[in-house]
Amino acid sequence: MKVVYERPESLLDVPFTYCPGCTHGIIHRMVADTLDDLGIRERTIGVSPVGCSVFAYEFFNCDMVAAAHGRAPAVATGIKRVHPDKIVFTYQGDGDLAAIGTAEIIHAAARGENITVIFANNVIYGMTGGQMAPTTLIGQKTDTTPYGRSVEANGHPIRVCELLSSLDGVAYLERVSTHDPKHVLKAQKAIKKAFQYQVDGKGFTLIELLSTCPSNWGMNPLDSLKWLEESMLPYYKPGVYKDIG
Amino acid sequence: MPFIKVRDDLCKGCKLCITFCPKQVIRMSDRLNPKGYYVAELFDKEGCTGCGICARMCPDVAISVYREDKKEVPA
Amino acid sequence: MSNKVLMKGNEAIGEAAITAGCRHFFGYPITPQSELPAYLSKHMPKVGGVFLQAESEVAAINMVYGAAAAGARVLTSSSSPGISLKQEGISYLASSELPAVICNVMRAGPGLGTIQPAQADYFQAVKGGGHGDYHNIVLAPESVQEIIDHVRLGFDLSDKYLNPAMILLDGALGQMMEPVDFGDYKPELQEKPWAATGCKGRKMNAITSIHIDPRDMEAHNIKLQEKYSKIRESEQKCEEWMLEDAEIMVVAYGLCARICKSAIRVCREKGIKVGLFRLISLWPFPEKKLDKAIDKVKEVFVVELSAGQMIEDVKLVDNGRKPITFHGRMGGMTPSVEDISDRIELIHDRITQKVG
Ligand SMILES: Cc1ncc(C[n+]2csc(CCOP(=O)(O)OP(=O)(O)O)c2C)c(N)n1
Ligand code: SF4
Repeated sequence: MKVVYERPESLLDVPFTYCPGCTHGIIHRMVADTLDDLGIRERTIGVSPVGCSVFAYEFFNCDMVAAAHGRAPAVATGIKRVHPDKIVFTYQGDGDLAAIGTAEIIHAAARGENITVIFANNVIYGMTGGQMAPTTLIGQKTDTTPYGRSVEANGHPIRVCELLSSLDGVAYLERVSTHDPKHVLKAQKAIKKAFQYQVDGKGFTLIELLSTCPSNWGMNPLDSLKWLEESMLPYYKPGVYKDIG
Repeated sequence: MPFIKVRDDLCKGCKLCITFCPKQVIRMSDRLNPKGYYVAELFDKEGCTGCGICARMCPDVAISVYREDKKEVPA
Repeated sequence: MSNKVLMKGNEAIGEAAITAGCRHFFGYPITPQSELPAYLSKHMPKVGGVFLQAESEVAAINMVYGAAAAGARVLTSSSSPGISLKQEGISYLASSELPAVICNVMRAGPGLGTIQPAQADYFQAVKGGGHGDYHNIVLAPESVQEIIDHVRLGFDLSDKYLNPAMILLDGALGQMMEPVDFGDYKPELQEKPWAATGCKGRKMNAITSIHIDPRDMEAHNIKLQEKYSKIRESEQKCEEWMLEDAEIMVVAYGLCARICKSAIRVCREKGIKVGLFRLISLWPFPEKKLDKAIDKVKEVFVVELSAGQMIEDVKLVDNGRKPITFHGRMGGMTPSVEDISDRIELIHDRITQKVG
């Protein structure tokens, strides 16, 4: 009997700090599996954000740099410009990427920085206790939208893949989900493809992963996955938004 | 016979493995880990096909899959 | 062999950085430092370096953070409002112990202010600027030649102590053209085994500024403070000019110190015993020498292009021993040589009792 599937080498042997059932962990594993599969762990530099995944630098078994809130794409740009031959990725939440870091992500994409962005969209600010995110759905109740997000007060949620798809610097953009094995498998393929594009020098790649926040959504892990499927998928449609092939 | 091992120290008892196991051979045990979570366990060794879906869906990367053949877990 | 060339201050920053082995520049346009990015965008590619115009100062400083974390000698520059935007990033650099050189070609503020020379960012530069208990190493050149020396020194000190270094000058010095000599300096580039370069053949490196357990965070702070003590001990720099027999000591830095030198010459011709204590390192503040110098004079005269910021540090060293007078101009106005020499004369008359 052999072990055919185990903790990837690209993850350190420490427990995640995520809440039970939070899909940040599933996404971490997919990134780590990809680094293993492509044999790039030893030449990869990851950039962790500010958000629940702030401790990603304690989990990935590759060189890691912790960025200020929203600035991961700028930090990654600095690293990549020093080591163009290395693989550089950022891991970011939706508050980090689509609110405070909007300028950085748009310009990194526009420049066609040859980096890979792993974007975990859980439509809420997890780490700070469940406030409205730029991605929070209309009607969604959060700590700072206790009556539900309204268009009048808060405007519309941002769809990052759609927004970035018009930029010429982008090589590959796909939105995937983590709510069931079928979608996770698709997500894994997308992540691998994005890193492969970077290895091949094709330019900016971003995978948006619809993710859960059971703790701040106030649901158990299973109901969270159901809510993701029923409420998030209709607004955030999975699919390839750009692929230069 | 294929089987899985769940690492008690990593499991947080979220039950995603139990939900997504196509053969429904995983359950919550009555063991508490040091963090205070009840941990999941394989209860029907005969039933496990080693498909690895539980491991893929485990947010804490706590599950290893064992099988005779080398055929990879769908990746 | 001396090899003098004429160069603008801002361009000299760029060439000095290149000679110091810096191959990465990230910045966002702002007057009055524009000649620097223009120079580097032309010359970095010629030496295989990277010039990147960022989308903002915030992005620029975080690119600097990334490049520094990746082990490079890296430069950014801006002027006052842009430096304000960089403060979070500078605090992160200090906490993560990453080396980088930041030039502030100061303008007059607050707010958008004006592009004329000022020294009103002294507090921001030497007291921290961003959040948390930290210090930048801060150097204040008075000439284009000294800009070159300070940029090189800034990189060396920054690498040595793993701490951001700031070069503080003003637009007038940035625009000034002077003959300079680059000499044949060779940078001493250090090994950076802590850098994020890919973990082949070693354990992974992590660069971060978060220490969630307050005990760890305090231990980290203590470590930083010990480093600052070492810097204070070893790196204080100043120039004592005509102080041998001086009764009045002018204290100034940067371009303002040059105006003071001219004024002192005028006063010396009139027989007034006056000299200059010029700060070269603003942080660490050259307190050891200033302390001794204060003992020898009758009065201290602080001149700044601000409402009086550096004077607070002078007062701390003086500790009430000698009277201190102050003259400052603000908002981009600079005192004339006469302005200063007249004031020195007044002080002289007072302490020699010519005026009641
Ligand atoms: C400059 C700055 N502003 C605000 C914060 C506080 N803060 C920390 S995490 C966070 C939001 C993170 O949300 P998101 O990016 O969606 O990630 P999640 O925690 O949901 O994974 C905020 C606002 C900060 N650390 N720094
Ligand atoms: S707060 Fe939400 S996003 Fe953060 S770890 Fe917990 S479940 Fe995950």
